[in-house]
Amino acid sequence: MSRNRLWGKLRPYVMIGPAMAGIILFVIYPVLYLIYLSFFKYNLLNKAKSKFIGLDNYSQIFSRADFYKTLWNTCLYTVGVVVLTMVLSLLVAVWLSNSTKFNSLIQVGIFTPHIISIVSISLVWLWMMDPNVGYLNYILKSLGLPPSQWLQSSKTALGSIILVSVWHSIGYYALIMVAAIKGISKDIFEAADIDGASKLRVLLRITIPMISPQLFFILIIMTIGSFKVFDTVRIMTGGGPNKATETLVYYIYEFRTTNIGYASATGVVLMAAIAVLTVVYFRMLSKKVHYS
Amino acid sequence: MISTSLQTYAETLRFPPTLVPAVPQWENFVRAMSAGPFMTYARNSVIITLSILVIQLLVMIPAAYAFAKYRFRGKTVMFSMILLAFMIPGQVTFIPVYLMMADWGVIKTLIPQIIPFMSNAFGIFLLRQYFMQTPEEIIEAARLDNASEFQIIWRIMTPMALPALATVVLFSFVSHWNDYFWPLVMTDSTGVRPLPVGISMLKETEGISNWHIIMAANVVLVIPILLVYTFCSKYIVRAFVYSGIK
Repeated sequence: MSRNRLWGKLRPYVMIGPAMAGIILFVIYPVLYLIYLSFFKYNLLNKAKSKFIGLDNYSQIFSRADFYKTLWNTCLYTVGVVVLTMVLSLLVAVWLSNSTKFNSLIQVGIFTPHIISIVSISLVWLWMMDPNVGYLNYILKSLGLPPSQWLQSSKTALGSIILVSVWHSIGYYALIMVAAIKGISKDIFEAADIDGASKLRVLLRITIPMISPQLFFILIIMTIGSFKVFDTVRIMTGGGPNKATETLVYYIYEFRTTNIGYASATGVVLMAAIAVLTVVYFRMLSKKVHYS
Repeated sequence: MISTSLQTYAETLRFPPTLVPAVPQWENFVRAMSAGPFMTYARNSVIITLSILVIQLLVMIPAAYAFAKYRFRGKTVMFSMILLAFMIPGQVTFIPVYLMMADWGVIKTLIPQIIPFMSNAFGIFLLRQYFMQTPEEIIEAARLDNASEFQIIWRIMTPMALPALATVVLFSFVSHWNDYFWPLVMTDSTGVRPLPVGISMLKETEGISNWHIIMAANVVLVIPILLVYTFCSKYIVRAFVYSGIK
């Protein structure tokens, strides 16, 4: 009996043990280790030669122009992707929520990009954006517009990457919004219809406020996601041309072998930035969001 | 635009922008497969994705059940650690994890691409919610019938949680099959690379102008996902949307 009772007390821990081991070993401990590393000038070949340098890595980060350039690019990218995706997927969602058979077919189609590897997507777009043989310039030319350098020019490269990311995620967010819009009671729309409200007014005064909790959630998820952008940059431009598309994670990635301490410190900064973003969002927006 | 992503693979076989290839160049596939250790990449991808799925299920189900149905000390702390883990991105922790793996001497194996994903924080969270909704009476009845807790979990709770499990499995499969960042930073030799990294390397070795080869390789990367998608598109969309709304 007592053995059974002991087992009854231990059992939850045994069942949760492996999961907790995974979390502690591969998330919690690495974060602490990352912070620890950020105070060192780490020597990859000979650990004993690693030197404690306190906050030097951090003061270095904030005095380097290339870090600010990276941060700026990341912010531009994030704002571009978040704003464009939000607006476009909202429009798509409003259109899709008038359910017809045709629309449900579109729903399945529009979602496809989201589950395809970003490697494939980047490669396809890389090819389409080729200034000489790509589709996009071919289309521009046949419309009588001047061709663009796309990824090859530092003026258009970041915009081109934003375009790809927006295309990649519209379907996913549109579907979340469709689900939210379908959750709104039909009565409200009917009442607005009787009052003779215009479509724009319905969108601004009813649809958007009613789905604001979901919009808020999407906003946070997307901002954090965009702040971590790496794959498209690595495959499509490698941070170039002339560092025009170098983002924070790519920056960390580049220093991962040459200067581990510095890369770790940048990682800590990135983590802090993501945390701050989340808190700010909650503070600023939670008051304005409508919960029914 | 969306359909372009599906069609392009066939279309890219032609060099100037023509929409439909005059003659399908099937041998591109053969060339793509022999252009690098392509079969190795594919094998690695399959091993990695399947191992992650199996390990995650074995780790996640008991943990979610314990979080949902037992009361014990430290539960809240442990659960908030899981939620915290959910929010910390791999793009931040990859350096320390890499150093750990180097210390353990497993960098040249597939382990660094599998083990770090053993605990699926999102899955534990979702499954716990699901377990919490199942009525206590069913468990009580099973206990009266002398079923062990082990039997209750695997014979009763797991089958009942199939919709939630399917969500987690699809989500996990898609994200690990497609993952690029983690395998990229965890590998330094071709032998252990999965498809996404392998194909992006192909771009570098084959040169930028051999688009037809790269796209042929790309098809091989995309086909399993598209197959899964066509068979359970409704389900997969629901899984992703559900995980988004929560």
